[in-house]
Amino acid sequence: MTAFLAKRIGIGLLTLMVASAVVFGVLEILPGDPAQLMLGMNATPEALANLREQMGLNQPVLLRYFNWVGGMLVGDFGRSFTYSSPVIDLIAERVVVSLPLAVISLILSTAIAIPVGIFSAARRGKAADTVSMGAAQIGVAIPNFWFALLLIYVFAVWLRLVSSGGFPGWNAGIWPGIKALLLPAVALALPQAAILARVTRSAMLEVLGEDYIRTARAKGMPRRTVLWRHALRNAMIPVLTILGLQFAFLLAGTIIIENVFYLPGLGRLVFQAITQRDLIVVEGVVMLLVASVVVVNIIVDILYAVVDPRLRIAA
Amino acid sequence: MSLLEIENLRLDIGDTSILKDIDLTIEQGEVMGLVGESGSGKSMTALTVMQLLPEAARAQGRVTFDGIDILSAPEAAMNKLRGDDIGMVFQEPMTALNPVKTIGEQVAEGIRWHTGANRADAEQTARQILDRVGLPEAKFPLARYPHELSGGQRQRVVIAIACALKPKLLIADEPTTALDVVLQQQILELLRDLVDERKMGLLLISHDLAVVADMADRITIMRHGEVMEDGETARTLSEQVHPYTRQLAQASMHVPARKRHATAAATADAPPLLSVENVIRDYPGRRTSLLRKPAPFRAVDGVSFSLRAGQSVALVGRSGCGKSTLARMVLALDRPTGGAIRLDGAEVSALGEDALKPHRRKMQVVFQDPYGSFNPRHKVERLVGEPLHLLERKPSAAERREMVADALHEVGLQPRDMDKYPHEFSGGQRQRISIARAIITRPRLVVADEPVSALDVSIRAQVLDLFADLNDRLGVAYLFITHDLTVARAITDEVMVMHEGRIVEEGRTGEVLDNPQSDAAKALVAAAPDLHRALRRRLAEQG
Amino acid sequence: MSMQPLSAEPTGWRALVRMAFANRSFLVGFIITALIAAMALVSFVWTPYDVTHLVVADRMKGLSAEHPFGTDHFGRDILSMIMVGSRNSIAVALVAVGIGMGIGVPLGCWAAARGGWIDEALMRFNDVVFAFPALLSAVMITAIFGPGAINAIIAIGIFNVPVFARVARAGALSLWPREYVLAARASGKGKALITIEHILPNIASILLVQGTIQFALGILAEAGLSYLGLGAQPPMPSWGRMLFDAQTRMMVAPHLAIFPGLAIVITVLGLNLLGDGLRDMLDPKLRRQR
Repeated sequence: MTAFLAKRIGIGLLTLMVASAVVFGVLEILPGDPAQLMLGMNATPEALANLREQMGLNQPVLLRYFNWVGGMLVGDFGRSFTYSSPVIDLIAERVVVSLPLAVISLILSTAIAIPVGIFSAARRGKAADTVSMGAAQIGVAIPNFWFALLLIYVFAVWLRLVSSGGFPGWNAGIWPGIKALLLPAVALALPQAAILARVTRSAMLEVLGEDYIRTARAKGMPRRTVLWRHALRNAMIPVLTILGLQFAFLLAGTIIIENVFYLPGLGRLVFQAITQRDLIVVEGVVMLLVASVVVVNIIVDILYAVVDPRLRIAA
Repeated sequence: MSLLEIENLRLDIGDTSILKDIDLTIEQGEVMGLVGESGSGKSMTALTVMQLLPEAARAQGRVTFDGIDILSAPEAAMNKLRGDDIGMVFQEPMTALNPVKTIGEQVAEGIRWHTGANRADAEQTARQILDRVGLPEAKFPLARYPHELSGGQRQRVVIAIACALKPKLLIADEPTTALDVVLQQQILELLRDLVDERKMGLLLISHDLAVVADMADRITIMRHGEVMEDGETARTLSEQVHPYTRQLAQASMHVPARKRHATAAATADAPPLLSVENVIRDYPGRRTSLLRKPAPFRAVDGVSFSLRAGQSVALVGRSGCGKSTLARMVLALDRPTGGAIRLDGAEVSALGEDALKPHRRKMQVVFQDPYGSFNPRHKVERLVGEPLHLLERKPSAAERREMVADALHEVGLQPRDMDKYPHEFSGGQRQRISIARAIITRPRLVVADEPVSALDVSIRAQVLDLFADLNDRLGVAYLFITHDLTVARAITDEVMVMHEGRIVEEGRTGEVLDNPQSDAAKALVAAAPDLHRALRRRLAEQG
Repeated sequence: MSMQPLSAEPTGWRALVRMAFANRSFLVGFIITALIAAMALVSFVWTPYDVTHLVVADRMKGLSAEHPFGTDHFGRDILSMIMVGSRNSIAVALVAVGIGMGIGVPLGCWAAARGGWIDEALMRFNDVVFAFPALLSAVMITAIFGPGAINAIIAIGIFNVPVFARVARAGALSLWPREYVLAARASGKGKALITIEHILPNIASILLVQGTIQFALGILAEAGLSYLGLGAQPPMPSWGRMLFDAQTRMMVAPHLAIFPGLAIVITVLGLNLLGDGLRDMLDPKLRRQR
C-alpha cells in the first residue's frame, strides 16, 4: 500500500514538474517579447523596461524558471500588472467562488447519475431504462453554456426566480451566495451527469455478466441483493476513472460557465488574464488548476485501492 | 421418490432448441456423471435445475427436487433452495469469486443469508468448512482475498461456498477442467469425500469419460441436447451398447498407429537437431519493498536436453512448472537469461531477429486455442501462408496458392478452404489449419503447446492421428508440451517430466509412465485419469 | 456453450447492411450525421440567403415563411447561418480527430510494441496532457497564438492525441500476447509488420468508435471556443458565436439562442448514436449483452 501510494505521488510530482516546464516554456517561446506582448505595440520604452525588470526578463531563462517554481512553492505567484496586486490574492479572492461551484456541481452530478445508472442497469430493457438512457443520450449532446442560457431564460427571465448572473459575495450571507451558484452548478452538472449515468449503467451491466455474480446467485440471494452486495463495488472502478476525468472537465467548464453567469471565479480570471495578456496571472492560475487535477487523480488512485484489493500491492 | 427427477425436459433459447426430452434421476447419496462433448447441453441441464438460465430460455417438462416442482416454483422458493439444499460448483475458479470481497465474507454470506446467523457464528461455520476443504486457518485466514489464492485453492473456496449448508444435491459443472491433473485429482477426491460424508447427491458434469468412470455410480451420456444412453457406470462403459458410447470410449483411449517408433533410436549417433544447454529464465519478482530490489522468479532453472531429427518428445508437467516458458525460448519468442539453445548447430538463442530468419524456417509452432491462433480478419490462404515470409525468395501469388493448397491437403483439408475465414471452421478444423501453417515451410521441428487440450475427445483422436501421420511421412520432430499423459503416451517416443523449472526425469515414454521414479512423475502418473484403470477398479469392486 | 469466438468476425457487405438496419442507434445516428453533412455540402452552393448580406430593416425578426428560423441582429437569415456554420464545426472537429488519430495511433502502437521505458515515457506524457483541463489549454493556445479556426483545430487536435494514443495502446497491448501474433513472430515478422498486419486491423473498430466520440466532443469544444470568441472569426458564422450574440438579446428574441443550440445538440446526438451503434455492431461481446 505504501509502495503503491509512493508511486502514485511520485507520478503526480513528475507530472507537475513537466507541466510547469510546459507552461513556462509555452509562454517563453511566444513570438516576440513578453513585455511587449503584454503592454501592446504602443507602449513607451520606459514602461517596457520597467515591466521587463519587474518580470525579471533580464535574467537567464533557467534562473527565471526556478525562481518562478520556487516562488509558487512558498505561495508567491508573482504580481499581476493589470490588477496591480499579488496573484495569490487574486486567486484567494476567486477560489471561494470556483471551488464551491465545482464541488456543488460534482455532488449534484454524482447524486443524480449513479442512482440513475444503477436503476437503469437493474431494469435493463424496460421502459424506465429506455427513457432514462434516452434522456442521458440527449444530455451528453447538450453544450453546457447553451443549457445555461436556457436555464437563464426559464428561471431568470421568465419565472424571475433568480438573477441571471453575478455574485453577491459570501459577505451577503451563505444563502444568497448558494442561490447565485445554483443555476451555474446545474448547468455544469447535468451534461456531466448524463455521461456518468451512462458509464455507471454499462459498468454495472458488464459486472452483472461476470462469473462471480452467478456464484452469488447460486448462494440463493435474489438478483437485487446480488446487485447491491456484489456488483456495485466492482462497477465503481470504471466510474471512479470517469469521476476523476470529470473533475478536470468541471474546472475547464467553469471558464465558460463563469463567463455566462458573470461569476468572479478562477475561470473568468484566467480567461480575462489571457485576453488581457496578463501572463503572470495565466501561469499561476493554470498551474493551480493543473495541481488540483493531479491531486484529484491521486485521490482517485487511492480510492481504486480502497475498492479493489488487487491494487493494494504495488503495480 | 428420487432426490432429483427430470422428466421430458425440453429447453429452448429463443428459436433454438437446446434440450430435447431429457430424463435423468439422482438418488440421495448417489453420484451421477453427465458426459458429453461441447454443445451437448450438459451445462444447460444443470442451469435448469438451478433455474439460473439465460432470460430468453423456456423450459418445459417436469423437474422435481425433493418433492418440489422446480419449473413452476416461484423465484423466492428457488432462492431458498439455492445455496441451501442445492449447491453448485463452476468450471472457472479464476473468475468464480468476487475479487473485492474476502473469502471469509463470501463463504459466510450464504450461511447468514439462509440461517440468519450473526456474523460471528457464520464466520465460525465458514472457518469450519474452509478447514474441511483443505484451507486451514494458519495459511488461509478468512481475510484472504481471491487474488491471493491459486486456481486450485479458489476452487476449494467455491466448493466450500456450495457445501457450507450441507446441501442435499451438489452440482459440479466441469469442476476440474481448468486445473492440472494433480489438482484435478485432489479436487475430485475432496468432492467424493464430501459426498460420502454428507450423503449428498452429486451431479458431476464432465467431458472426460475417465474422470466420470472414476467418480460416478451411474452415468448419462448426452449429445446434441439428447440423452444417448444412461445406466450403471461400469456396465455402460464396458458393454458400450450404444454406438455413440462406443465412439466416445474409443476416442478417449485412442492411440494413433505410428511406424517410426523404433527408427528414431537408429539415428542416435547423428548430431542432435535441437540442443538445449543449461537454460535459465528469470522474471523480475514482485516488489515488496521500495528500497530492496525484488528477488527474481526463476521460471526455468538449468534445463538441458537434446532432440534428434524425426523424434517426438513430450514435455509434461503441472501448470506453472515452466514448460510453456521453455517452449517459447526454444521458438526464440523469448530469450533465456542464461544458457544456450542450438538448432541444427546454430546458437539461435544468441541471434538477433534478422539473423534468426533462416533458422525460423526450420521450426514452427502449433498453439492450444484453435480460436485465438488466427487473426480473425485474414482468410485461410493468408493465415497458412504467413510463414512463407521466411523464404529467401518471395513466392509469386500462384506459387503461394499452390503451396497453401499443398499444406491444406497434407492436413486433410480442401484447397478451396483457403478462401474462407477461420470462423467458418469447427475447432478441430481450425487446429488442422494451425498445423498446415506450421508445416508449410517444411520445418524440421514443430513445437506444439497443448495442441489438443481444447478439443473434444473424438476430434482430439483425429488430430492426434494427423500429428502421427505427419511425423511418419514428413519426418518432422515434435516437442509436445502437455499436461495430459494420455496424449504423451499416444504420440511421443520420449518424455521429459518438468517440475518447478527443472527436468526431473526423462526416458522412453512407456517406461517413464509405467514406472515413474521421481516424485513429480509419480504424482502426475497417479493423478492422470485413466479409463481402463477406472473401469477395472469398478468391475473388481462389483466382483 | 463455452467456446464462442470473442473477436469480431469479418462479414460480407450484405450482412453488414442487414446488421446496420437492425441496429436502431446506428441507423438514426447515420441518418442524422448524413443530413448534417449534406447540409454543410449544400451550403457551399446554395443557402436561402447570403449570410454576408446585412439587412438592417429585417433585424431580429421572428419565425416566418421567408425566414423559418428568424433573423439575427444584423438581419441575417438564421437558417442560412446555421447551414454555413455547420461547415466550420465539422471541419474543425474532423481535422482535430485527424490530428489526434494521425499522431496518437502510431504513438500508442509504438509504445505497445516496444514496451519498457518508451511505453512508460509515453504514458507519463499522457498523464501530463490529461492534467491540463482540455478547454483551458485550448483557451490558452488560441488566446496566445490568436483566435481563429486554425488555432482552434490545433488546440482541440492536441488533446485528441493522448486519447487516441491511450486507446490504441490498450487495444494493441491486449493483442500482443495473442497466439496469432506469436505465430507471426515465429514466422519472422518484425514488430512494424505485425503492427500493420495484425494489430491495426483488429483495433480499427475501437478506433473508429473513439473517432466518432472525439468528433462529437470536438463539435462541443469548437462551439465553446467560438462562444468565447476564440474560434472562427466574423463574418464567418459559427454556432458558438451565434449563441454568444444571442445571449444579450435573449429578453427580446429567444429564438436566436434556440436554433444554433439545437443544431449543436442534434449534430452531437447523431454522432454519439452513430458511435454507439458502431460499437454494438463491431463488438460482439457487447452485442451479446444486449
